[in-house]
Amino acid sequence: MRLWKALLVGTGLSLSAALAQTTITIATVNNPDMVTMQKLSGEFEKKYPDIKLNWVVLPENELRQKVTTDIATNAGSYDVLTIGTYETPIWGKNGWLVEMSGLPASYDLEDVLKPVRAGLSYQGKLYALPFYAESSMLYYRKDLFAAKKLAVPAQPTWTQAAAWAKQLHDPSKGVYGICLRGLPGWGENMAFLSTLVNTYGGRWFDENWKPQLTSPEWKRAISQYVELVTKYGPPGVTSNGFTENLTLMSEGKCAMWIDATVAAGYLANPKTSKVADKIGFAKAPVAVTPRGAHWLWSWALAIPKSSKKVDAAKTFIAWATSKEYIELVGNTQGWVSAPPGTRYSTYNNPNYQKAAPFAKVVLESINTADPTKPTLKPVPYTGVQFVGIPEFQAIGTQVGQFIAGIVAGKTSLDGGLNQAQTAVEKLMKEAGYLK
Amino acid sequence: MTHRSSLSKARPETIRPNTLWLLGPAMLVLIIWTQIPFLLTIYHSFRRFDLLNPERQGYVGFGNFVSLLTDSIFWTSIGNTLVLVGAVLVVTIVVGLFLALLFYQDFPGRALARTLVISPFFVMPVVSALIWKNMLMHPVYGLFAWAAQIFGQKPVDWLAAYPMQSIVAMVSWQWIPFALLLILTGLQSLSKEQLEAAKIDGASAWQEFRYIIVPHLAQTLSVVVMLETIFLLTIFAEIYASTSGGPGLATTTLPYLIYLKAFAEYRIGVAAAGAVFAVILANIVAIFVLRLIGRNLQATKGGMG
Repeated sequence: MRLWKALLVGTGLSLSAALAQTTITIATVNNPDMVTMQKLSGEFEKKYPDIKLNWVVLPENELRQKVTTDIATNAGSYDVLTIGTYETPIWGKNGWLVEMSGLPASYDLEDVLKPVRAGLSYQGKLYALPFYAESSMLYYRKDLFAAKKLAVPAQPTWTQAAAWAKQLHDPSKGVYGICLRGLPGWGENMAFLSTLVNTYGGRWFDENWKPQLTSPEWKRAISQYVELVTKYGPPGVTSNGFTENLTLMSEGKCAMWIDATVAAGYLANPKTSKVADKIGFAKAPVAVTPRGAHWLWSWALAIPKSSKKVDAAKTFIAWATSKEYIELVGNTQGWVSAPPGTRYSTYNNPNYQKAAPFAKVVLESINTADPTKPTLKPVPYTGVQFVGIPEFQAIGTQVGQFIAGIVAGKTSLDGGLNQAQTAVEKLMKEAGYLK
Repeated sequence: MTHRSSLSKARPETIRPNTLWLLGPAMLVLIIWTQIPFLLTIYHSFRRFDLLNPERQGYVGFGNFVSLLTDSIFWTSIGNTLVLVGAVLVVTIVVGLFLALLFYQDFPGRALARTLVISPFFVMPVVSALIWKNMLMHPVYGLFAWAAQIFGQKPVDWLAAYPMQSIVAMVSWQWIPFALLLILTGLQSLSKEQLEAAKIDGASAWQEFRYIIVPHLAQTLSVVVMLETIFLLTIFAEIYASTSGGPGLATTTLPYLIYLKAFAEYRIGVAAAGAVFAVILANIVAIFVLRLIGRNLQATKGGMG
């Protein structure tokens, strides 16, 4: 009898505790900064004991699929989504996201970098708060460059970069001249290649949405890329994405790498990088025009309309993107690992300036990336390394495959680009942009 | 009362009572389980359903099918699917037959060896693909690259240089045990006396193989071909985890193309149309294979009679 009573009381207690507590489900990417966020979630639960966090952490591609199908079918499995500057305006337009309004004064929205805020808005309404933001830049090995008496200016050109790659390529010693993304995908090789095409004066579409993939600018940019990765790149380029290149670079296998600025904190951290004290930082190289030579991206946290716990979700997002959180990461994980690119106050913080030798280049790159004027010639779209239309995932993925085919020698440069052009024209016709 | 009279009238029914009401619920679940997804697929294949663009949805007639049929990628993927299935069938049956003949012999430790040789079949496809990709075929860290360097050769980037061959190797590695197991069972039903008699008559090893073992295995081999074809047509995980259909379109098979349409492009309508084609393709191949097997079985029967 007593046992029964104890059991009954026990279940009653745990039930009432469960009722008072809100559990929110957070879907996020398994990038190092998000893993840190998950590690620090105990601090949040300490501060807000009535909110419990439930994590779904996945690689970028899988997360994107889960989150997209979830929100498009209004399934409501998640309360907090990790999405980027590509998805946010499109989903905001579709009415799938809760507007980020009514934030507490202590949040200090004005402190958030302006281009990043603009990238996460649709028609002036903010639909997500940035967790970290990035542009792209050039990483190089100071020791290898010094050995060959090469100096890197603050703003290198692609001609220079190609010459350096040739001089520093030394596979017998396990060092490759240049590491670049080759893994097909709109967020993988096409992100980098879009910036390359931009700086060579090219564009995805003309003002009438006619694809431009067979233009001389595209041909010049892609042939430069193919030459670099096949002659001076590591073997297996077509399976190297951001993560694989990050590993290669931090293992000391690349003399140069052009990629996301968020890698800087990882490369400059002796705990995660074998060459932490030998990494130099410069702006992404330019060719014909500086326009669109480096991208603008932000991983941001948003709330789907289907969530039933909007308030708790908003509390969490405000915490994870706050000054207080950045401070917490700085103090517990080291300032070099603080989430970059989101707040002016981070860059004014002497602790961060001391720990992050790359801070200035990153801030300048983000501030000069303009998604509204991404190319030399006018375009009907916004986005530097993507085209801000729902169809771009399909377009980018297919073109990415064709370019990987060129790199692997399956098709010629002209053949591959012609196929890509035909595929994009077909997609654009079916989507109703072209008659 | 009618019940009893019917019982007394027809004897077979007393032996076999009406079990439909027992089977019914299970059948119903099965029908719901298998047919509703299929009907939904057909429904969606006639609609524009772009997940990211809720404004543009609705009935499009055969639009999705036309979109696929006019797409060179679709035809490439069908070709790739057939090449993959064909190549894996040949490799698994040839190697499986060879291994089965080996394992048919008596040798010490045979039981253990048999267990070991079957093990690849129990490795999950994604795991096996990742092992092949990162531990064996990787041009920097892989075992093959290491071996090549020992012999002074340049390491090969297998998945980029020989993508389809690499996939065939991976899938074959997984399915050889399956072929081996079935063929071995077939062999064990062959009476040893027949072989002894042949030996006494002075048959060579090749003649034994050609005129006794192969005809005896005809049925088994047909079954292996049929079962493997059905499974191989849906090979997906190996491609997903290793080459992602590339480089270019070199390893984009029909299942992978459907996946791309649905989860990389979010065009559910086109993906559904692709799935309908996949069902048609599977049926064509199945009918073709079944007819082949049927003829085979008749031939062996005729031979025996």
